[in-house]
Amino acid sequence: MKLPESLAEQVIAHARAEFPNECCGLIAGHGDVATRVLPTTNAEGTPFMYVMDPREQMELMDAIDDAGEDLVAIYHSHTRSAAYPSKTDVELAFFDQPLYVIVSLQHPDEPVLRAFRLARSAPDGEQIAEEPVEID
Amino acid sequence: MSTVKIPPVLRQAVGGERAVDVAGETVGEVLTALCDQHPAVGAQILTPDGELHKYVNVYVNGEDARLLQWTDTPVGDGDTVMILPAMAGGAR
Repeated sequence: MKLPESLAEQVIAHARAEFPNECCGLIAGHGDVATRVLPTTNAEGTPFMYVMDPREQMELMDAIDDAGEDLVAIYHSHTRSAAYPSKTDVELAFFDQPLYVIVSLQHPDEPVLRAFRLARSAPDGEQIAEEPVEID
Repeated sequence: MSTVKIPPVLRQAVGGERAVDVAGETVGEVLTALCDQHPAVGAQILTPDGELHKYVNVYVNGEDARLLQWTDTPVGDGDTVMILPAMAGGAR
Protein backbone atom coordinates (compact mmCIF):
# COMPACT_ATOMS: atom_id res chain seq x y z
CA MET A 1 0.00 0.00 0.00
CA LYS A 2 1.04 3.58 -0.54
CA LEU A 3 0.83 5.56 2.69
CA PRO A 4 1.66 9.28 2.73
CA GLU A 5 4.05 10.08 5.57
CA SER A 6 1.53 12.41 7.21
CA LEU A 7 -0.96 9.54 7.48
CA ALA A 8 1.65 7.17 8.90
CA GLU A 9 2.41 9.85 11.49
CA GLN A 10 -1.32 10.07 12.35
CA VAL A 11 -1.52 6.34 12.95
CA ILE A 12 1.60 6.36 15.13
CA ALA A 13 0.33 9.42 17.04
CA HIS A 14 -2.95 7.60 17.70
CA ALA A 15 -1.06 4.56 18.99
CA ARG A 16 0.99 6.78 21.31
CA ALA A 17 -2.11 8.64 22.54
CA GLU A 18 -3.83 5.39 23.54
CA PHE A 19 -0.73 3.79 25.09
CA PRO A 20 -0.66 1.56 27.16
CA ASN A 21 -3.91 0.39 25.56
CA GLU A 22 -4.13 -0.74 21.98
CA CYS A 23 -5.57 1.72 19.48
CA CYS A 24 -7.57 0.91 16.37
CA GLY A 25 -8.95 2.66 13.30
CA LEU A 26 -9.52 2.58 9.58
CA ILE A 27 -7.52 3.81 6.60
CA ALA A 28 -9.61 4.83 3.59
CA GLY A 29 -8.43 5.52 0.06
CA HIS A 30 -8.60 4.29 -3.48
CA GLY A 31 -7.15 0.93 -4.47
CA ASP A 32 -3.92 0.58 -2.54
CA VAL A 33 -3.44 4.33 -2.07
CA ALA A 34 -4.36 5.62 1.38
CA THR A 35 -5.90 9.07 1.55
CA ARG A 36 -7.22 9.44 5.08
CA VAL A 37 -6.99 7.96 8.57
CA LEU A 38 -10.14 7.45 10.63
CA PRO A 39 -9.30 6.80 14.30
CA THR A 40 -11.92 4.82 16.24
CA THR A 41 -12.60 3.86 19.83
CA ASN A 42 -11.21 0.60 21.17
CA ALA A 43 -14.33 -0.61 22.99
CA GLU A 44 -12.22 -3.16 24.84
CA GLY A 45 -9.78 -0.53 26.10
CA THR A 46 -6.98 -2.85 27.18
CA PRO A 47 -3.26 -3.23 26.40
CA PHE A 48 -3.86 -6.70 24.94
CA MET A 49 -6.98 -6.53 22.79
CA TYR A 50 -8.90 -4.27 20.48
CA VAL A 51 -12.54 -4.41 19.48
CA MET A 52 -13.54 -1.48 17.35
CA ASP A 53 -16.65 0.26 18.68
CA PRO A 54 -19.30 -1.47 16.53
CA ARG A 55 -21.42 1.62 15.96
CA GLU A 56 -18.41 3.71 14.87
CA GLN A 57 -17.34 0.83 12.65
CA MET A 58 -20.77 0.63 11.05
CA GLU A 59 -21.04 4.37 10.50
CA LEU A 60 -17.52 4.75 9.09
CA MET A 61 -17.82 1.73 6.80
CA ASP A 62 -21.07 3.15 5.46
CA ALA A 63 -19.47 6.58 4.99
CA ILE A 64 -16.49 5.09 3.14
CA ASP A 65 -18.79 2.98 0.97
CA ASP A 66 -21.18 5.86 0.24
CA ALA A 67 -18.26 8.15 -0.69
CA GLY A 68 -17.10 5.64 -3.29
CA GLU A 69 -13.86 5.08 -1.38
CA ASP A 70 -12.20 1.79 -0.51
CA LEU A 71 -11.40 0.50 2.93
CA VAL A 72 -7.65 0.19 2.38
CA ALA A 73 -6.67 -1.02 5.84
CA ILE A 74 -7.74 -1.71 9.40
CA TYR A 75 -5.05 -0.65 11.86
CA HIS A 76 -4.26 -1.37 15.48
CA SER A 77 -1.28 -1.15 17.78
CA HIS A 78 0.76 -3.68 19.68
CA THR A 79 2.11 -1.89 22.70
CA ARG A 80 4.51 -4.53 23.98
CA SER A 81 5.12 -6.86 21.08
CA ALA A 82 6.33 -6.81 17.51
CA ALA A 83 4.36 -5.49 14.53
CA TYR A 84 3.31 -8.99 13.53
CA PRO A 85 -0.16 -10.59 13.67
CA SER A 86 -0.91 -12.55 16.82
CA LYS A 87 -2.99 -15.73 16.90
CA THR A 88 -5.95 -13.61 18.00
CA ASP A 89 -5.40 -11.19 15.12
CA VAL A 90 -5.62 -14.06 12.64
CA GLU A 91 -8.58 -15.78 14.32
CA LEU A 92 -10.62 -12.59 14.23
CA ALA A 93 -9.60 -11.41 10.76
CA PHE A 94 -13.01 -11.51 9.08
CA PHE A 95 -11.97 -9.02 6.42
CA ASP A 96 -9.97 -10.44 3.54
CA GLN A 97 -9.91 -7.37 1.32
CA PRO A 98 -8.47 -4.56 3.46
CA LEU A 99 -4.96 -4.95 4.81
CA TYR A 100 -4.31 -5.23 8.52
CA VAL A 101 -1.79 -2.60 9.58
CA ILE A 102 -0.03 -3.10 12.89
CA VAL A 103 2.00 -0.42 14.65
CA SER A 104 4.39 -1.64 17.30
CA LEU A 105 5.42 0.58 20.19
CA GLN A 106 7.54 -2.19 21.68
CA HIS A 107 10.46 0.23 21.32
CA PRO A 108 8.64 3.53 21.91
CA ASP A 109 11.24 5.71 20.21
CA GLU A 110 11.33 3.50 17.15
CA PRO A 111 7.73 2.68 16.18
CA VAL A 112 7.38 0.03 13.49
CA LEU A 113 4.46 -0.05 11.02
CA ARG A 114 3.83 -3.12 8.87
CA ALA A 115 0.90 -4.37 6.79
CA PHE A 116 -0.46 -7.87 6.29
CA ARG A 117 -3.15 -9.67 4.41
CA LEU A 118 -4.83 -12.13 6.76
CA ALA A 119 -6.88 -15.18 5.80
CA ARG A 120 -8.36 -16.81 8.88
CA SER A 121 -9.78 -19.80 7.01
CA ALA A 122 -6.58 -20.59 5.11
CA PRO A 123 -4.43 -23.58 6.13
CA ASP A 124 -1.79 -23.07 8.82
CA GLY A 125 1.24 -21.37 7.39
CA GLU A 126 -0.77 -19.58 4.68
CA GLN A 127 -2.83 -17.26 6.86
CA ILE A 128 -0.39 -14.34 7.03
CA ALA A 129 1.10 -12.57 4.02
CA GLU A 130 3.09 -9.38 4.53
CA GLU A 131 2.41 -6.59 2.05
CA PRO A 132 4.90 -3.79 1.36
CA VAL A 133 4.13 -0.33 2.73
CA GLU A 134 5.50 2.58 0.70
CA ILE A 135 5.69 5.62 2.97
CA ASP A 136 6.42 8.85 1.13
CA MET B 1 -39.60 -10.52 3.94
CA SER B 2 -36.73 -8.57 5.49
CA THR B 3 -33.96 -6.75 3.73
CA VAL B 4 -30.50 -7.88 4.78
CA LYS B 5 -27.83 -5.23 4.24
CA ILE B 6 -24.62 -6.78 3.06
CA PRO B 7 -21.37 -5.01 4.00
CA PRO B 8 -18.57 -4.97 1.40
CA VAL B 9 -16.73 -7.78 3.19
CA LEU B 10 -19.61 -10.19 2.50
CA ARG B 11 -20.72 -8.90 -0.88
CA GLN B 12 -18.68 -11.30 -2.94
CA ALA B 13 -20.39 -14.12 -1.05
CA VAL B 14 -23.81 -12.95 -2.31
CA GLY B 15 -22.79 -12.20 -5.88
CA GLY B 16 -22.01 -8.53 -5.33
CA GLU B 17 -25.39 -7.39 -4.01
CA ARG B 18 -25.53 -4.55 -1.46
CA ALA B 19 -28.76 -5.95 -0.01
CA VAL B 20 -30.83 -9.09 -0.39
CA ASP B 21 -34.44 -9.85 0.57
CA VAL B 22 -34.77 -12.88 2.80
CA ALA B 23 -37.83 -14.59 4.27
CA GLY B 24 -38.11 -15.36 7.97
CA GLU B 25 -40.01 -14.22 11.02
CA THR B 26 -37.05 -13.87 13.37
CA VAL B 27 -33.42 -12.80 13.09
CA GLY B 28 -32.41 -16.45 13.47
CA GLU B 29 -34.69 -17.59 10.66
CA VAL B 30 -33.49 -14.80 8.39
CA LEU B 31 -29.83 -15.63 9.03
CA THR B 32 -30.44 -19.35 8.50
CA ALA B 33 -32.24 -18.66 5.22
CA LEU B 34 -29.48 -16.28 4.10
CA CYS B 35 -26.78 -18.84 4.82
CA ASP B 36 -28.82 -21.55 3.05
CA GLN B 37 -29.17 -19.32 -0.04
CA HIS B 38 -25.56 -18.15 0.12
CA PRO B 39 -23.37 -20.81 1.77
CA ALA B 40 -20.29 -18.61 1.34
CA VAL B 41 -21.83 -16.17 3.83
CA GLY B 42 -22.25 -18.97 6.35
CA ALA B 43 -18.61 -19.91 5.93
CA GLN B 44 -17.65 -16.41 7.03
CA ILE B 45 -20.07 -15.72 9.88
CA LEU B 46 -20.79 -19.14 11.43
CA THR B 47 -18.58 -21.24 13.69
CA PRO B 48 -17.82 -24.85 12.67
CA ASP B 49 -20.75 -25.79 14.98
CA GLY B 50 -23.13 -23.65 12.93
CA GLU B 51 -23.53 -20.96 15.60
CA LEU B 52 -23.21 -17.29 14.78
CA HIS B 53 -19.63 -16.24 15.59
CA LYS B 54 -19.28 -14.30 18.84
CA TYR B 55 -17.58 -11.46 16.99
CA VAL B 56 -20.26 -11.05 14.33
CA ASN B 57 -22.74 -8.30 15.16
CA VAL B 58 -26.30 -8.11 13.86
CA TYR B 59 -28.42 -4.97 13.79
CA VAL B 60 -32.17 -4.72 13.25
CA ASN B 61 -33.16 -1.28 11.98
CA GLY B 62 -29.91 0.02 13.45
CA GLU B 63 -30.42 -1.56 16.89
CA ASP B 64 -27.99 -4.17 18.20
CA ALA B 65 -29.93 -7.45 18.04
CA ARG B 66 -28.06 -8.76 21.10
CA LEU B 67 -29.72 -5.97 23.08
CA LEU B 68 -33.14 -6.91 21.66
CA GLN B 69 -34.10 -10.59 21.67
CA TRP B 70 -31.01 -11.71 19.77
CA THR B 71 -31.89 -14.47 17.28
CA ASP B 72 -35.51 -14.51 18.55
CA THR B 73 -35.98 -10.84 17.61
CA PRO B 74 -39.07 -10.68 15.38
CA VAL B 75 -38.59 -9.19 11.90
CA GLY B 76 -40.91 -8.68 8.97
CA ASP B 77 -41.70 -6.62 5.93
CA GLY B 78 -39.78 -3.38 5.84
CA ASP B 79 -37.26 -4.35 8.52
CA THR B 80 -33.57 -4.06 7.74
CA VAL B 81 -31.13 -6.58 9.15
CA MET B 82 -27.43 -5.76 8.94
CA ILE B 83 -24.63 -8.23 9.49
CA LEU B 84 -21.34 -6.77 10.56
CA PRO B 85 -18.30 -8.83 11.48
CA ALA B 86 -16.32 -7.09 14.19
CA MET B 87 -12.95 -5.56 13.64
CA ALA B 88 -11.03 -7.06 16.50
CA GLY B 89 -7.79 -8.70 17.51
CA GLY B 90 -4.92 -7.95 19.78
CA ALA B 91 -1.50 -8.90 20.98
CA ARG B 92 -2.78 -11.63 23.29
